[in-house]
Amino acid sequence: MRDFSYLRATSPAAAREAAALPGAMLLAGGTTLVDLAKCGVAEPATLVDISHLKGLDTIEVGEQGARLGALAKMSQVAGHEGIKSRFPAVSEALWQAASAQIRNMASIGGNLMQRTRCPYFRDPANFPACNKREPGSGCSAIGGVTRGHAVLGTSEACIAMYPGDLAVALVAFDATVHLGERQLSVDDFFLLPGSTPDKEHAIKPGEMITQISIPASAAARRSTYLKVRDRQSYEFAAASAAVGIELEADGRTIRDLRVALGGVATKPWRARAVEEALKGKVLEEDAVRHASLLAVEGAVDHGANHYKIELAPRVVARAILKTGAMA
Amino acid sequence: MTIHDLRTRHGDASDGSADQVGGRLSRVDGPAKITGAAKYAVEQQLEGLAHAVLVESTVPAGKVRAIDTAAAEGAPGVLLVLTPDTIPPLKTASDWFGTPPPDVPYCPLARDIAFSGQHVAAVVAESFEQAVAAAALVKVSYDEAPAVADLSDPKAGDGIAIDMMTKEWGEAEAAFAAAPVRICAAYNTPREYQAPMEPHGLIAAWQGDRLTVWEPSQWLDGMARTYAEWFAIPFENVRLVSPYIGGGFGSKALALSHGAVAASAAKMLGRPVRLVMSRPQTFTGYGGRAATRQTVTLGADRDGKIQSIVHRGVNETSMGGMWVEPLGSVTSVMYATPNFSSKQNVVRVNSVVPGAMRAPGENPSAFGIESAIDELAYEVGIDPLEIRLRNYAEQDPHARKAWSTRQLREAFVAGAEAFGWARRSPAPRSMRDGNQLIGWGVAAGTYPVRRAYGEALVRILADGTVEVESSSIDMGQGTYTILAQTAAETLGVPADNVVVKLGDSRFARAGVTGGSRLAGIMTGAVHKAAGAALDHLVGLAISDPRSPFHALQANTLVVAGGRVSSPRGDGPEVSIAELLASVGADQIEAKGDTMPANSTAEDRYKAYTTIATPLTHTDGDYSRHSWCAHFIEVRVDEDFGTVRVSRVVSALDSGRLYNPKLAESQWKGGIIMGIGQALLEEGIVDRRHGRIVNNNLADYLVPTNADIPDIQTISVGIPDPHSSALGGKGVGELAIVGVAPAIANAVFHATGKRVRDLPITLEKLI
Ligand SMILES: Cc1cc2nc3c(=O)[nH]c(=O)nc-3n(C[C@H](O)[C@H](O)[C@H](O)COP(=O)(O)OP(=O)(O)OC[C@H]3O[C@@H](n4cnc5c(N)ncnc54)[C@H](O)[C@@H]3O)c2cc1C
Ligand code: SF4
Repeated sequence: MRDFSYLRATSPAAAREAAALPGAMLLAGGTTLVDLAKCGVAEPATLVDISHLKGLDTIEVGEQGARLGALAKMSQVAGHEGIKSRFPAVSEALWQAASAQIRNMASIGGNLMQRTRCPYFRDPANFPACNKREPGSGCSAIGGVTRGHAVLGTSEACIAMYPGDLAVALVAFDATVHLGERQLSVDDFFLLPGSTPDKEHAIKPGEMITQISIPASAAARRSTYLKVRDRQSYEFAAASAAVGIELEADGRTIRDLRVALGGVATKPWRARAVEEALKGKVLEEDAVRHASLLAVEGAVDHGANHYKIELAPRVVARAILKTGAMA
Repeated sequence: MTIHDLRTRHGDASDGSADQVGGRLSRVDGPAKITGAAKYAVEQQLEGLAHAVLVESTVPAGKVRAIDTAAAEGAPGVLLVLTPDTIPPLKTASDWFGTPPPDVPYCPLARDIAFSGQHVAAVVAESFEQAVAAAALVKVSYDEAPAVADLSDPKAGDGIAIDMMTKEWGEAEAAFAAAPVRICAAYNTPREYQAPMEPHGLIAAWQGDRLTVWEPSQWLDGMARTYAEWFAIPFENVRLVSPYIGGGFGSKALALSHGAVAASAAKMLGRPVRLVMSRPQTFTGYGGRAATRQTVTLGADRDGKIQSIVHRGVNETSMGGMWVEPLGSVTSVMYATPNFSSKQNVVRVNSVVPGAMRAPGENPSAFGIESAIDELAYEVGIDPLEIRLRNYAEQDPHARKAWSTRQLREAFVAGAEAFGWARRSPAPRSMRDGNQLIGWGVAAGTYPVRRAYGEALVRILADGTVEVESSSIDMGQGTYTILAQTAAETLGVPADNVVVKLGDSRFARAGVTGGSRLAGIMTGAVHKAAGAALDHLVGLAISDPRSPFHALQANTLVVAGGRVSSPRGDGPEVSIAELLASVGADQIEAKGDTMPANSTAEDRYKAYTTIATPLTHTDGDYSRHSWCAHFIEVRVDEDFGTVRVSRVVSALDSGRLYNPKLAESQWKGGIIMGIGQALLEEGIVDRRHGRIVNNNLADYLVPTNADIPDIQTISVGIPDPHSSALGGKGVGELAIVGVAPAIANAVFHATGKRVRDLPITLEKLI
């Protein structure tokens, strides 16, 4: 059998040290990693188990914002009262993700690091060509089954969609990823595929996500996550939107707007053009629908995923209108 | 009247206590399944068990050029690497009709590749993990050949005409041309998969020339026959064991090549071998429902009366095998028409040979005709329910025989009433709730009553409890429970005192559990065997000088609640145990079967190990079918195109229900699967690789609880004496038939868009 060593980290520092070894991978809830090991995509030489580390699973919510320990479970964050009241979009993104069983196992850090659902990526035996897995080997998806692939942020090397939900809400509210001492905005943490689709995150060997912080904002408090998918539950997004709105005192003019898209892009996708087009405008349906079309500026389809270009702006518009109507 | 007729109630479909046929006894196998005590096939713990893992072709067509097994052979724990060259040849087995096979060797590992995912090699190791790792080291090279990926491949062509499927009467084409109203449309269904929770797998073990196979099976006797023929050993030398099955839906009725690989490996190693398919392998290791295409042409009067139906169907089959999905099966019986023509072709593609999946034939057939009649309803401006009643077939239009029973009109009435159909606003896009367009659709379904034979053994033990044995199976549909009820009722004992043993080919024989036939057959067989045991018991009680009833000189006795007494209550009353003790009998055993009395041993073997049964659903004076009508509400988001089913009311005629609680569960299961078919399920083929890419349950979507609303089922059946011994028709497959068209019709009503390609996914509506 494919042997690997298993190491149970005793402290974050020990974990980071072990993770720097060649072929080492961190193991949190295992819901992505074990799955990928089974399909032959992940072949770790050493598994560094961080799931038992103390102190990395705290959830703190205060006036300044929220701090989520990397080992907090998806279900714990989703159900946290402070998150539900101050960052409803974050809670909604989490409880609409995966299944109850997975949410009880999976960590916030692991969630950010989950990998694409591109079927070609997940089946090395049948589809050797995959630039994300084997740089330079080609892309099996282009010209193949592309219904679930990205329309935004793609490159000639890779069109794989980033499937996570949480990161979409995080990118909308300017969250920060803490890698021990180093900090990065979530937006910068995720990389575009470009010519190196194998590099998905700005994380270096030996680094570990310790925490995610989200600054408090009025827009985050009045926010929602709208996820549209074929199946009502336990499915990745066909298109999703995290939206937060702050209105002026008149209750109708948009002071601050945050819009991010999921299910359509190669990374969690902040739609700043939509935000800019609507800031300072009165929140009304026609303007919102019109501005939402900017969400897919520059989108490129590969046949079967064309519908995402139609769908995404509608999801954005509905999410903005829904959030705007919130008390 | 014999003694047991007295207690057999042929009453209303929902009557009866739990100890009787018709009562709502809960699943007797439920606690074992909930607590984990139920051991499934591959959970057997055997001394020296080795583990086999399959290696599959990665190309859809061509030849295996070479297989390099060196690395795999050197891997830790590896016991054996099997390739077409090293696996000992087997004999070709007969098909399921029992057609004598050609005398050519059979190799379960392929040299000639006809589809991607075909088994080309296997690795056996001490542990499963070692076998998985070593299987990845087997290097196979191919000489690839061009492949036909699927039905829409330009190379697919028109296929082969299956003349047997042609049904014609009147002058269909001419009548269509002359009809004032004409509808013509094409309806397509994709590859669909049974996706049972328990994947396919087995443990095979040899003792000398005797083979024991623990394998989930919908047909022990048929599969035992195949194993026996492959290995050229007597049928009696094969024992198949399958007490519990984690879902089959048609996919577990045949012995398949992976079983031959495991049994061969076990023989070569002299050790038991376990082989379990991975979930991805279940998408190519055996066939799901074939993709289909149909053209339905309806000619009608302006008042919606059908004058002609012209139907053309195509289904895919594999390069080497033949699967015919009978697409004209519902088309030819649902509506009265003076002129009719249905023809079918099959097209060879590079896929595994498709197989049976819940209501093969009837299911896609209904999607065609039940969509088309809806289109006709809008064309002539008649309510979709009314147009079905106007074209109601008072007799079987094809067989030209009376229906044994057809409570379809009653189903339409009861379903419409419960659903509130009369409140429907007729125009498309005329009902909404905010962003949700609401649509109401109706469609009918039918499934023929397939009949065959069965055997059962009933044993009354010294303590008064009862054992029932049969090699038939329970894959969750409730055989354990209804056979306990049948024996309890016939013998006059509480159902709690009956132990039913199923799923062992050593037991009394049974044919295939498919085509919704098992309940009707086996209740009949158990009823007969239990009746014979009861006659025996009563006979002893009356005639044995040691019996407390001997002096009574009665010619019959009453057994109720496990106690024996005289009909007039004027004699002693003893328990069955006391009676047996008094006459010195330690048990009474009787076998019953439903075969004609003069059947030979050969007839019996054929009846249980093949499907070449002489009993068709139109034998004799009647045409026998189950019927249903589905009324479904959908909500379609006008921006997103997402369809959610929000209400289902189905009225069903399955004849008499042996256990309404279990029948309702099966109906609901069928309806849920129909919702999946309508909205979610589709095997997606990469045309360049001729391969299914969504071969797992995260990507091949089946409904979750969140996708399923409350479902109301209404039984409108009446006992049908022409269909089965106790009056039931079919339950398991009926309810899926008609769900997809009811949903498609509701979607049209909601949106004004007619979707003729399943599944109805959002991109088809935005
Ligand atoms: C069937 C299925 C459906 C799903 N549906 C959804 C969905 O709808 N939406 C959604 O958002 N997600 C979905 N997921 C993904 C799921 O949310 C992730 O698998 C999960 O969040 C991963 O967390 P984990 O703790 O189990 O990570 P692991 O599997 O333990 O780790 C995942 C990766 O992250 C790395 N890692 C883990 N922790 C750290 C850390 N602290 N620092 C650095 N690297 C780390 C690991 O090395 C590994 O590479 C689904 C998953 C499955 C299997
Ligand atoms: S889209 Fe990306 S992940 Fe998918 S096959 Fe192409 S390179 Fe690999």
